[in-house]
Amino acid sequence: MGLSALCLCLLAGCGKRQTLVEIADRAQQYRVSNSDEPSDIDPQIGIGEIEHDIIVSLFEGLISANPKDLSPLPGVAERWDISGDGKSYTFHLRKDALWSNGDPVTARDFVESYHRLLMPALGAQYAYMLYPATNAEAFNNGQITNFEEVGFKALDPRTLEIKLHSPTPYLLSMIIHDSWFPVPVKVIKEYGAIDDRANPWTLAGHLVGNGPFVLREWRMNSHILVEKSPTYWDRKNVRLNSIYFDPESSYDTAERMFRSGQVHTVRQVLPYKVAYYLKNQPGLINDYPLLTTYFYKFNVTKPPLNDKRVRQALAMSIDRRAITETVSRAGEMPAYTLTPPDTAGYTATARVREDPAAARQLLAEAGYPDGKNFPTLELLFNTVENHKAIAEALQQMWKKNLNINVTLHNEEWKVYLDSMRRTNYDIGRGGWGGDYMDPSTFLDILMTDSGNNETGWSNAEYDRLCRAAANTGDRAVRYAEYQKAEAILMEEMPIIPIYIYTRPRLIRPSVKGWYPNLLDQQNYKFIHLDPTLD
Amino acid sequence: MLRFIARRVLETIPVLLIIATATFFMMRLAPGGPFDTEKQVSKEVRARMEAHYGLDKPLFEQYLLQMKHLLQGDLGPSFKYPKRTVNEIIADAFPVSLELGCEALAVALALGLLAGMVASLKQNSFWDHFPMSLAMLGLCVPTFVMGPLLISAFALHLDWFNAAGWFFPRDRVLPALTLGAYYAAYIARLARGGFLDILHQDFIRTAQAKGASGARILLRHAMRGGLLPVVSFLGPAIAGLLTGSFVVETIFGIPGLGRFFVTAAFNRDYFMVMGSVLFYAVFVIVLNLAADIALVWLNPRLRFE
Repeated sequence: MGLSALCLCLLAGCGKRQTLVEIADRAQQYRVSNSDEPSDIDPQIGIGEIEHDIIVSLFEGLISANPKDLSPLPGVAERWDISGDGKSYTFHLRKDALWSNGDPVTARDFVESYHRLLMPALGAQYAYMLYPATNAEAFNNGQITNFEEVGFKALDPRTLEIKLHSPTPYLLSMIIHDSWFPVPVKVIKEYGAIDDRANPWTLAGHLVGNGPFVLREWRMNSHILVEKSPTYWDRKNVRLNSIYFDPESSYDTAERMFRSGQVHTVRQVLPYKVAYYLKNQPGLINDYPLLTTYFYKFNVTKPPLNDKRVRQALAMSIDRRAITETVSRAGEMPAYTLTPPDTAGYTATARVREDPAAARQLLAEAGYPDGKNFPTLELLFNTVENHKAIAEALQQMWKKNLNINVTLHNEEWKVYLDSMRRTNYDIGRGGWGGDYMDPSTFLDILMTDSGNNETGWSNAEYDRLCRAAANTGDRAVRYAEYQKAEAILMEEMPIIPIYIYTRPRLIRPSVKGWYPNLLDQQNYKFIHLDPTLD
Repeated sequence: MLRFIARRVLETIPVLLIIATATFFMMRLAPGGPFDTEKQVSKEVRARMEAHYGLDKPLFEQYLLQMKHLLQGDLGPSFKYPKRTVNEIIADAFPVSLELGCEALAVALALGLLAGMVASLKQNSFWDHFPMSLAMLGLCVPTFVMGPLLISAFALHLDWFNAAGWFFPRDRVLPALTLGAYYAAYIARLARGGFLDILHQDFIRTAQAKGASGARILLRHAMRGGLLPVVSFLGPAIAGLLTGSFVVETIFGIPGLGRFFVTAAFNRDYFMVMGSVLFYAVFVIVLNLAADIALVWLNPRLRFE
């Protein structure tokens, strides 16, 4: 068969032909290289950005994100009221919101969805996104079992009330997250228990959603095809007829598919290719900042890193600009704070200083003049070329500026995660992407009881400030608390910020209405394809 | 012959048991688990997920339970893809690898046998040196170089093919060539050796003395013996070809079994690892058995013993 295909092809003459993208442009089919096979497209179980980019085509929450600036746009809710104390939200659902099986989307559906997400047995990883609601955390942890006590209530089929335990000014920014999307609980029940992760309701032919598209095909490692929904309330504004998601996980292969005109967009390309595209084909790449910070964590439980002067010295003797411009080279911004600048209007004023002379002084004060007697530390990172290059740069900078030695140690992804989780490292690579637009999504990770802390660092005042900020609705007061908290962080330095990630996305000129944003949120309603531009 | 087959089949039972046991314990000894993610889940969530899949039970109990399920043909659920079972994933992905493998095998046999036979007939001439040099090159160029080279030339420059994918008949051409080339080179060298060996035997000389034509000698008299080395190579080679190549599937974006085989281990998808390892093991055993039977049939000096 291979030979016959070869012969046929040679005989028939495989000359210049239309690319898939050119054909797709005319059919309004948006072809996306989505960089991996989604683990699941259940909004309450599929958790990464790969899953997200598919889920937002199939489901819609109370509000959706404006892709230009992430501001809230009406979704299933046409309007909403917030009580004076900021602790009660009332969403008024639109009459014409329908599931793809024709049933209306009701307030009851939302309550049942949130009930499912918080069921302990489901083990949903993003259940904590609902924790601002009264008693949501207690229910999720199994401390209470009566869902009536949780702050979600359907006042009537078209009115949903959400009661919060404390004002959460960024709630609308959380609500655009997949975990707040409704799921068709009635349909899920037809395929098995609603709290069973393995319930096959999301397979093609089963899935019922309420988004602008419906699932047509899902073949593992091959593709997912979604088509315009005939029941979506805003269908007159949906201009794409279909979206084709290719799960190619090799960056090289995906980039070749882009070049051969098989896909409109590729989520990410390798750093050396970024430099190439930016220089030679800037019209095909969009390299935009994300709400994600690249950093190194210190294990503060062991000497010499239990001494904050040592941590400060290490943090101050790094040239971040040299790293982003000559090592990582994908247009990243040097980071001097944990929270990326201008996160929902918050920019930390306390910043890491870059001052090798002062760093040497600090190291001397800590008992290691000119690096003398400083033990050899180990730098841990997961096995990725770019992480290795950055680790080597740090190694050199510390040798040059502080005259100390660090060794490099790379581990396979899961081994590395395990080492980090057990705080079994000296200095370990890390990264954190914000879930929503608020400094709390970054600063909370270093609270004492956060599972993502991993450094052994604990500071009562820091914890108190983060809690105080979470308990007030006044933005000015909150941000003032976060400023103080971040100042503690920069003084104590349990982590060293290195840079703010960018997303080097390849995208064809025919794609119109696509916008870069900090959370890389897609809103396919805005997109259409212009065949004259390819 | 039946006794021979029965004995070989019985022999596979302890082999599979050892493979399954080693896989189980090696996988569990590897640091990191299926639910380790960059954003840590809470201890409660992790505990619930582990309980859901029975990973909270004592290790030996888990082992016995899995062996019991394996005996019933139930390979278990996938952790990474919660909506699918390992049986479903293999049933989905194997036909793709099988098709690619058959096409690559066709390429390998056609090119390899032709080159090998011609080279043995025209020993030490251009028709020997040229294909054998090519074969040497084919052996030396790894598929991860060959694949991108072919894509560069035929997909990106000449635009005859897509750079990756598995939808249209023409999508089969480059992967089959890439995967087949290595085996073609191997087969060419083995076939040349095999035929040279046979062509110098007395019975061939007798045939030549009787005036038989070159083609008749090759096809009628030398074929059986000349193929022997190729056949014994084909058993494991076919198993490797048909169960999927991670490299070729990755380069060409093919939804085959080879990728799962590797990514399952990275994901610590325990049941998926076990399922694909056992599937591969059974395949290798069956094909080796088939090769042994074919060898006896081809070589009258061997007997089923």
